[in-house]
Amino acid sequence: MAALTPWLWVVFFAAGGIYAQQIEIRAQDEAFYAHGFIFFAFCAAGLVLTLREALRRDRYVRPADVNGSPVYNEAIVRAGVVASTFWGIVGFSVGLWLALQLAFPVLNFDLPWTNFGRLRPLHTSAVIFAFGGNVLIATSFHVVQRTCRTRLAGNIAPWFVFWGYQLFLVLAASGYLLGVTQSKEYAEPEWYVDIWLTLVWVTYLLVFMATLARRREPHIYVANWFYLAFIVTIAMLHLVNNATVPVSFFGSKSYIAWSGVQDALTQWWYGHNAVGFFLTAGFLGIMYYFIPKQANRPVYSYRLSIIHFWALIFLYIWAGPHHLHYTALPDWAQTLGMTFSIMLWMPSWGGMINGLMTLSGAWDKLRTDPVLRMLVVSVAFYGMSTFEGPLMSIKAVNALSHYTDWTIGHVHSGALGWVGYVSFGALYAMTPVLWKRERLYSLKLVEWHFWVASTGIVLYITAMWVSGIMQGLMWRAYDTLGFLEYSFVETVAAMHPFYVIRALGGVLFLAGAVIMAYNLWRTARGDIRETEPLAVTDASVQPAAA
Amino acid sequence: MAKFRHSTIEKNSILMVILTLLVVSIGGLVEIVPLYYLKSTIETVRGVRPYTPLELAGRNIYIREGCYNCHSQMIRALRDEVDRYGHYSLAAESKFDHPFQWGSKRTGPDLARVGGRYSDDWHREHLTKPTSVVPESIMPGYPFLAERPARLNDIAEHLKANATVGVPYDTDMIANAARDAAAQANPDADGIDALMKRYPKAQVRDFDGNPKSVTEMDALIAYLQMLGTLVDFKSYRADGDNLR
Repeated sequence: MAALTPWLWVVFFAAGGIYAQQIEIRAQDEAFYAHGFIFFAFCAAGLVLTLREALRRDRYVRPADVNGSPVYNEAIVRAGVVASTFWGIVGFSVGLWLALQLAFPVLNFDLPWTNFGRLRPLHTSAVIFAFGGNVLIATSFHVVQRTCRTRLAGNIAPWFVFWGYQLFLVLAASGYLLGVTQSKEYAEPEWYVDIWLTLVWVTYLLVFMATLARRREPHIYVANWFYLAFIVTIAMLHLVNNATVPVSFFGSKSYIAWSGVQDALTQWWYGHNAVGFFLTAGFLGIMYYFIPKQANRPVYSYRLSIIHFWALIFLYIWAGPHHLHYTALPDWAQTLGMTFSIMLWMPSWGGMINGLMTLSGAWDKLRTDPVLRMLVVSVAFYGMSTFEGPLMSIKAVNALSHYTDWTIGHVHSGALGWVGYVSFGALYAMTPVLWKRERLYSLKLVEWHFWVASTGIVLYITAMWVSGIMQGLMWRAYDTLGFLEYSFVETVAAMHPFYVIRALGGVLFLAGAVIMAYNLWRTARGDIRETEPLAVTDASVQPAAA
Repeated sequence: MAKFRHSTIEKNSILMVILTLLVVSIGGLVEIVPLYYLKSTIETVRGVRPYTPLELAGRNIYIREGCYNCHSQMIRALRDEVDRYGHYSLAAESKFDHPFQWGSKRTGPDLARVGGRYSDDWHREHLTKPTSVVPESIMPGYPFLAERPARLNDIAEHLKANATVGVPYDTDMIANAARDAAAQANPDADGIDALMKRYPKAQVRDFDGNPKSVTEMDALIAYLQMLGTLVDFKSYRADGDNLR
């Protein structure tokens, strides 16, 4: 069996190459032609590599363990760390460009490939799926091996997940710039990219499940429950929301199976749970592994973990309709969505408490360990945005907040504060382990990253709160004669200063990420900053005895 | 009966996956599935018809350029929105929309009823250089639309795909799709009567003011000019025959 597996991959890549070649002959549009070419190159490379593996006589299969202790597949996690850092900086940069476009529209250049409408999905996909997705794949592979005390299942399969996912990202991103989009937010890639992602995702699930199956611990650790729920639920959401009929099997355009009001709710059932399962459940997996690890304390409460998990995944799924308040969606669905969104506050804070209270007896480490501080502040941001979310899902509040920048501010307090910081914390924690270094290159630089990025987040979300609430109030303002007080464009002009402040916040957040990239690179090289000797931890920074 | 222990689930990955899938399915099933069989979901409204081939091509440009990122097409049932944009949007008005274009953000104004509000000339100027007609605008310019011919050679295939997902395009509409698209942008064309019969209330004009070719600008303006114009709200009564 083990000898047969490489041949299955050979057949797979050969079949893919043949289809790609057909695309080159029959492509109906330029984007599809370009994507066929990229796909052909990918399959050719895959074919060569797997064929070489299959033909090797002295096939060296890495031992799953040596002297009873497992040999982890760390190369795949290292690749994930590099990819996460790279895509993070790409995604944050595009976000900054968009922020500047709103403040200074000349930056659209009036070209098809650089207008806001095409770049915005590039930003959202780059930060959610490219940065966030790579962090999730990397950390899940890291965590599942260590908590199951076994090597990751498969030799080629995990690498197919990694490179296949990168191909998905390249096809999606280049497609947006070429005008290929389904226009469903956070599910913009067209049918053929969706099918490719499905293949990659199923392989991901199989690798994860097979690793769980060979675990040497009787229990599956709580972080893995969250990773598993994330993988399975995203598969379900992806398949239903992207059900589509292509105009041609050799063209990029397709029409979604659902229409109008049903499509709207299907989309926000997907969209809200992309937040719930991609950006929350998956990253809670990170929280449940890396915070206890970094604080060197067990998770606060096992019972709370169980309640947190089941309540969160059950309630989240219902919250989608709060994106459609006062629209043509039937009232019963809106009210149901609002009710569950408010209930969702409880498991969210249960999870936050479980994460924060894990520091019981170790709070002093916040002073000395900036990586732990980043992780803990991320959980605080999680608490903040999961309070704001239920608040905004109340119909009366939503009447004001919907369609405005308040939503953008809310999303970014979660995205920058929670997802960003918990990811940075995990990357800082993993890098020395994966490259077998004693510690990070510089803790001072982590401090700098933390404070620069935090200032950026504060500027960002306060600017968006003010501009969002202001715009919402201006839209509904009436003068004494009973006429609307402001024309639409007056509300646009009023936002300019806040758009500038927001862009400044973006500059700082991006600067923080660049500092991190530098620090991680020096760490991987094995450098230690001279002014920060290794012994910095204990005696010198302990608080003076009372 | 054996006492239930959570550790049973924690020790069995297959059981855990199955239970997770069950738990996450419930919300969607309860909320989405009824929208397909409850008759009250979509009102019965006269006037809503599938898009003409040219409007559909324009809609695809609207999607391609990501207009939905900044413009909603969903007027909420709130006083100021109705005063600003017109009658609140009905579910029936987007029943042939694959996918829907309700949007989620108003960096620019709602477009659900933008049809007929501005002249074709205004739209052409505005799309080419928004600040030429709205000095404070932060919208990008789309000057390239006027230079590109609209892609209409395979428009029949697009109607066919729409028919597959339930839009009532009949064989007659599909067979004449390319001709209808060309006719709608040319007031002197022969096929206009047939077009109007197939698609009542269709607007026939040279939308971009360039009679030489049917451009993407033609298609996009044709789409914008029909938005929200199909239902006659003078005769529409939310509490009468149209009760949902």
